[in-house]
Amino acid sequence: MRHIISIMLENEPGALSRVAGLFSARGYNIETLTVAPTEDESLSRMTIVTTGSDDVVEQITKQLNKLVEVVKVVDLSEAAHIERELMLIKVRAMGKEREEMKRMSDIFRGRIIDVTENTYTIELTGTGAKLDAFIQALEHSAILETVRTGASGIGRGERVLKV
Amino acid sequence: MELTGAEIVVKCLQAEGVEYVFGYPGGAVLFIYDELFKQDKVKHILVRHEQGATHAADGYSRSSDKVGVALVTSGPGVTNAVTGIATAYMDSIPMVIITGQVPTHAIGLDAFQECDTVGITRPCVKHNFLVKEVKDLAVTIKKAFYLARTGRPGPVLVDIPKDVTSAKCPFEYPETVTMRSYNPVVKGHPGQIRKAVQLLAEAKRPMIYTGGGVILSDASKRLTKLVKLLGFPCTNTLMGLGGYPATDPQFLGMLGMHGTYEANMAMQNCDVLLAVGARFDDRVIGNPAHFGQVQRKIIHIDIDPSSISKRVKVDVPIVGNVSDVLEELTRQLEAAGYKPDQKALSTWWSQIGLWKSKDCLKYDKKSTIIKPQFVLERLYEITKGDAFVTSDVGQHQMWAAQFYKFDKPRRWINSGGLGTMGFGLPAAMGVQFANPGATVACVTGEASIQMCIQELSTCKQYRLPIKIVNLNNKYMGMVRQWQQFFHGNRYSESYMDALPDFVKLAESYGHAGIKVEEPSEVEPALKEAFKRKNDLVFLDFVTDQTENVYPMVQGGKGLTEMILAEEL
Repeated sequence: MRHIISIMLENEPGALSRVAGLFSARGYNIETLTVAPTEDESLSRMTIVTTGSDDVVEQITKQLNKLVEVVKVVDLSEAAHIERELMLIKVRAMGKEREEMKRMSDIFRGRIIDVTENTYTIELTGTGAKLDAFIQALEHSAILETVRTGASGIGRGERVLKV
Repeated sequence: MELTGAEIVVKCLQAEGVEYVFGYPGGAVLFIYDELFKQDKVKHILVRHEQGATHAADGYSRSSDKVGVALVTSGPGVTNAVTGIATAYMDSIPMVIITGQVPTHAIGLDAFQECDTVGITRPCVKHNFLVKEVKDLAVTIKKAFYLARTGRPGPVLVDIPKDVTSAKCPFEYPETVTMRSYNPVVKGHPGQIRKAVQLLAEAKRPMIYTGGGVILSDASKRLTKLVKLLGFPCTNTLMGLGGYPATDPQFLGMLGMHGTYEANMAMQNCDVLLAVGARFDDRVIGNPAHFGQVQRKIIHIDIDPSSISKRVKVDVPIVGNVSDVLEELTRQLEAAGYKPDQKALSTWWSQIGLWKSKDCLKYDKKSTIIKPQFVLERLYEITKGDAFVTSDVGQHQMWAAQFYKFDKPRRWINSGGLGTMGFGLPAAMGVQFANPGATVACVTGEASIQMCIQELSTCKQYRLPIKIVNLNNKYMGMVRQWQQFFHGNRYSESYMDALPDFVKLAESYGHAGIKVEEPSEVEPALKEAFKRKNDLVFLDFVTDQTENVYPMVQGGKGLTEMILAEEL
């Protein structure tokens, strides 16, 4: 089962490596990991997408909570939540492909943020599945480069993760 | 007034009431050593290898209720200490390790004796710190001691670059420290405890299984009171020995891979299991699927939520400090007017009696070659069961656990989780420092003892009258045993050739040595050694090379699928 775990942790050097080290040492999967400071600059917010049985995910959250620099852990996938990922994708855009590429980007609500004679760079936000779908919709040879941030997540409604 | 970082380190240690620091100097810690030199409150014990420093600090901690402290230099000082840190981590031993680091401006430049200490030790400490500014030093050391001894204890490392130890700042040692991200639970949830009371009251075939958590939270008196009140059988893990008095009739012996037949059978066949400060590890319950074949209700008390339902699903988890939870549990049982179900219990006890009658620890007492079990039985008798016993790792460790009946906590000092050969002798040094005047025996083998043999020199320098009980069968006995059972008697590299003459070796370090080759000499030699109150005596027992540890649960097998002595 796929889980999306949100972590509040002290914004200190080494805190990230403690989390990453925990996952590798105990053999847990990390599909994506994103981290950045919050409005309170002493805290970082991390989102990890992982897969595992319920038992494994229970252990993951318990082990994360044990890390001294971790302040709070929430399994977002336990309740309604929103997740978004950002992708920058550089595609070939020459001749008559150019118009087609623009249209494709519009359909997926992408934005072209850089243009050359032969390429477009498209910015696209959405769930991981939407970004996957966009990649699949393109002709493989048209893709020059992709970069994705991994998912960031937040609870729906009044559910708030705060210290 | 401004103090240097080095002065601050020493002042902090004094403020924490640290008596002994086990360490080894080097370039990066010279300022700290200079400050140690200028005072006499904190005594420094010079070991011969940094592994010895960490094991000694560990043994000091295990045999007292204090935090052990080790001090080592950067680079190789740290890497040598890692084994001892990992050993303490696996057994949740409170320890603070202070390490020197190259100056801050040299970090990351592959400087001489530089290593990424925080990175190397991260997976084997409860927490670690790199102190980059002298103003953070005092509060960091305060945090280190606080983290080490609270919650589930463990080793905490503080890495201090050399320039931080010479930089100055005003000093004030914080009285208390709070960390928003660290709030260990103490009291158990009363509702959960109520559920536990109910289960215990209804039990027909109950069992109490306790581990190192009882020792660490100094809960053996409370445990004993509870077990007596309930009238249930009790077993201890290797780490839990001494948590419940071994000579008490309700004690079934150690359980697990080399546990007694009765303890393992009762563990498997009980209907209500009370697990206290133990973690159902692979050496204790064997294959969890096999363990799960029998329906039973499990109550699990542990301070670490991640220990609960990790290998075995439990019915009533109680997160809290073992000592506090046991007190509340006993209180609730008494308040409810608990009376044991005598009929059910007596049926259960007669079943246990049948299992006991297997006499699973029996061995050939008429042997003309010294049996290791015989040495340990005599050791127990001659020390009147009141010695501190450290051990290394292997067959001798298991025999010591089986044959030395520990009635008190903190008397049995061994590396249970990591299984570190070389632990015994340096740990015994720490034990002796924590318990001056007490009888300390190090049960070891000819393979293990050679891993930290250099500490004989430390023992001489500080006149530590440890008694080394070396069970010398010229084999890495446990390796040989597995090779006999599971690898077709192919004794690949487990024979110890070219052994030193241990008597002469001990003598060359300035100690006494006695070689014992006949069963009839065992008792006189032990008596002679323990009479010499002020001397370290190295007893080299030439023991049966073919002896095996029984019972044995093969790795991956079920807890009750034991190999017993007579079945071979």
